Parts: sequence; structure tokens; C-alpha cells
Amino acid sequence: MIGLSAVYLLAGFVFGTIAVLSAFDRANPKRWANAAFWGLFATSFLAGDYLGDLGNGVLVISMVVIAGIVGLGHGRARNSNMGMRKSLAQRHGNKLLVAALAIPTITLIGALTFPRIVIGGAPLFDPMQTTLVAFACSVILAMALARAMLGERVPAALDEGRQLLDLLSWAALLPQMLAALGAVFALAGLGTAVGDLVAQAIPADSRFATVAAYTFGMAIFTAIMGNAFAAFPVMTAGIGLPLIVMKFGGDPVVMAAIGMLSGFCGTLTTPMAANFNLVPIALLGIQDRYAIIKAQIPTAVMLLMVNTVLMYVFVF
Amino acid sequence: MRLKVMTTFRILLLYLLVRQTTAALGLTALGGHPQMVRPLMSPMAEAAAEAKLGPLPPTLRERIRAQTAGTDNVGLFFGEDIFIAIGSILLMRGFLQQNGILVEPLNLSVWAIPTAIAAFLIHATRLLFFERWLAKEAAAHEKTHS
Repeated sequence: MIGLSAVYLLAGFVFGTIAVLSAFDRANPKRWANAAFWGLFATSFLAGDYLGDLGNGVLVISMVVIAGIVGLGHGRARNSNMGMRKSLAQRHGNKLLVAALAIPTITLIGALTFPRIVIGGAPLFDPMQTTLVAFACSVILAMALARAMLGERVPAALDEGRQLLDLLSWAALLPQMLAALGAVFALAGLGTAVGDLVAQAIPADSRFATVAAYTFGMAIFTAIMGNAFAAFPVMTAGIGLPLIVMKFGGDPVVMAAIGMLSGFCGTLTTPMAANFNLVPIALLGIQDRYAIIKAQIPTAVMLLMVNTVLMYVFVF
Repeated sequence: MRLKVMTTFRILLLYLLVRQTTAALGLTALGGHPQMVRPLMSPMAEAAAEAKLGPLPPTLRERIRAQTAGTDNVGLFFGEDIFIAIGSILLMRGFLQQNGILVEPLNLSVWAIPTAIAAFLIHATRLLFFERWLAKEAAAHEKTHS
């Protein structure tokens, strides 16, 4: 049965290759830091099951130390530059879109059909993980398609991927890290504490007040943490699951989907989400440090109110 | 299309739509501040405003840039959750699964659509008001400096 372990193997192979390519990139002054960082990330995919909780924790902290103290550098792909890309884009034209659109198309088809593929009485794909497996398959197929249509080789794809990853640097892993942090917070009982606080503050039987506490709580906690991924486990363990789903019998799908999007409203309002709200300020040469946040706050506030009403209407 | 037809509002509206749609297809790396906003979208939005209102003071030009950057964020955030294999959907699913609730990623992504539509309508309206505000500010600036 093809499941998560196969996807992890693929991810481990990709990041492992990126680590090796980084180690040989003399254009990058910090190539060893990059190689160690992505090598450790690859290790967590390939051997995470055998490392145990403590081992994985040490691995994550080592990555943070490398990124925080040594810092990561920017590598350069060997065989490409802006001029080359421009001329290739002109030559291939709309064909480029076919490879890009192959990914969502194949993912959707796979997610819908994989659960039905049964060989010898057993499902070929892990029914719990069809979406991720379909996503991984779509990436491989899109790469094969690009190889056939455009004539670029697979090593080139990995090398370009490395350059893109170096541009994002450690921030590429920020969502995962923050999601893990949120899970640790929830395990430590922060969710329960939030839930108790809310239970005391709002009328016990008011569905609307409970929904509003969840959506606004998601937005505020996201604004504090800078990312909805850290807020989601805490607020959902504290308010979403025990009150909206268990107590009032709300639909967990609607609760989670609109709850997460309420968190995104918080992301629009906070300097903690530096990569979205502060970094572009320097990039665009704007004097007012908070100009983007100011431009976004009215949309965020109105949408948060709409989200609260949407959840109240559809979750029960 | 001729430059005259492309007002700041129309450029930003079109970008919001394209950014949301492509993000909904999982193509989040097609947009972004370094890739699209700085080299393409914000110069276009500024040029369209100046074609209509004349040369603008730096403060107003910076407001246009900030509005363009914000439009990119809004389009990304409220588009990407429609794609079934995006990180946030997988996080929601994983967290609910740990708590004994099994949900389909497709259902989670479908429930991102109402908010996506609301986000588009709200932000589009704000962009329209932004363009009017810009014209008023530009006229006021002209008056004090002529």
C-alpha cells in the first residue's frame, strides 16, 4: 500500500539532493550551513520514525541553531540566468502553463479516484492519505511532462528548486515549525486554559458568542504568533472542539476551515508576519514601516466579521 | 489593451482575481512580492495612476505600492485554502484526525470558497474607494503646490 512513508521517502530524497548540491556550490559562502540545514531536514523525513521524540526535537533545535547563529546563504543554480529564462519563456510560450496546471489537475483527479483503486482486495493507496499521495504523484508526473515537452533534465529541476528554496531560506519551514509549536502549546494545556477563560467570559448558552470567541480568538492569537498555524491547535483544542463541536454539535469541517481563515485575517494585521507585511516594505522602498498593514486592516476586520457570521450560519 | 483603459483599480482588481485563482490551483509561487509585485504590478499600478492624475508625490506613490503588496497578500491567503494539498488544509486534517475526527481535505477546501468570495468582494470594493481617494488626494496636492 502506497502511503505517507512513500511521500516522506520522496521528500527526503529531494531535500537530501538539495543538501548535496548546496555542499558543492562554491558560489555560496555559507554552503556548509545550507548543506547541514537541508540535510537535517531530509533526515527528519527519511529517519524521523527511528529518531524518537527526543531525537527529532534535537534535530529541529540543531536546524534552528544553524539558521539562527551561522545563517544560511544564497546558492546559485549552475546552468541558468535571467536572460536564459526569458528566451526559454518566449520559445515555449503557453506550453509552460501545461506543466504548471498539471499539478492541481492530477492532484484533484488522484484525490477523487485513488480511494477506489483496489488490487487483489487491498487498496493500492492508503485511504487515509490519498490527497498527499496524489499531490506527490502529480509533482512527479508534471516533472516527467516538463521533461518530455521542454527537454529540461531532472537534475536541472532539482538545482532550480534549490535556488528557489535558498531565496525563501529558513522561512520556508516557518509554517511547519510554528504548527509544531502550536501543537506543543496545546499539549501543555494552553488550549484548555483558553477554553476555561472563554467559558467564564461569555454566556454559556450563546452559540453566537462562542463562535465569535473562536474566530476572534484565532485572529488575535494569530496576530500575536505571526502565523495561523500556531494558533489553530491551541484555539481549536480550547474552543473549537470542546464547545462548537462537542457541546453545540457543530460541523468540524466548517469550524476548522473558517476558523483557519479567521486566523489569516489576523495575519494581515500583524508585524509578526514579517515576510508578508514588513519585508515587502524594504523591497518596494516604502518609508512607512506599517503601510502594508494599514492598507490591509480594513479588509481584515470586515472579513473577520463576515467569517464569524458564515461560521454561525453554516456550522450548526 | 491601451494604457488609458487600465486604471489603478482595474489593474489591482485583475491581479487580485488572478492571484486568488492561481493560489486556489496550488500555484502560490506564481505571485508574490519579489516575483510579481515589485517588478510588474506596482510599477503598472503607479503608471496607470500617473497617466490619469499626472505626476504623484512620493507619499501617494508609496500608498499605491503598499496597496498592491496588500492585494497580493489578500489574494494569496484567501485563495490558497481552496487547494486540497496546501499546508493549512493538511494541518487542519491532521489535527482533527489526532482528536479522532476524520475529515476529507476536499470538504475543507470547499468550505474555504464562501470566505474567498467574500474576501474578493470586500477587497475589490476597497480598491474602488482607494482609487477615488487617490484622485481626491492628488487634486488636493495639486492645489497646495500650484
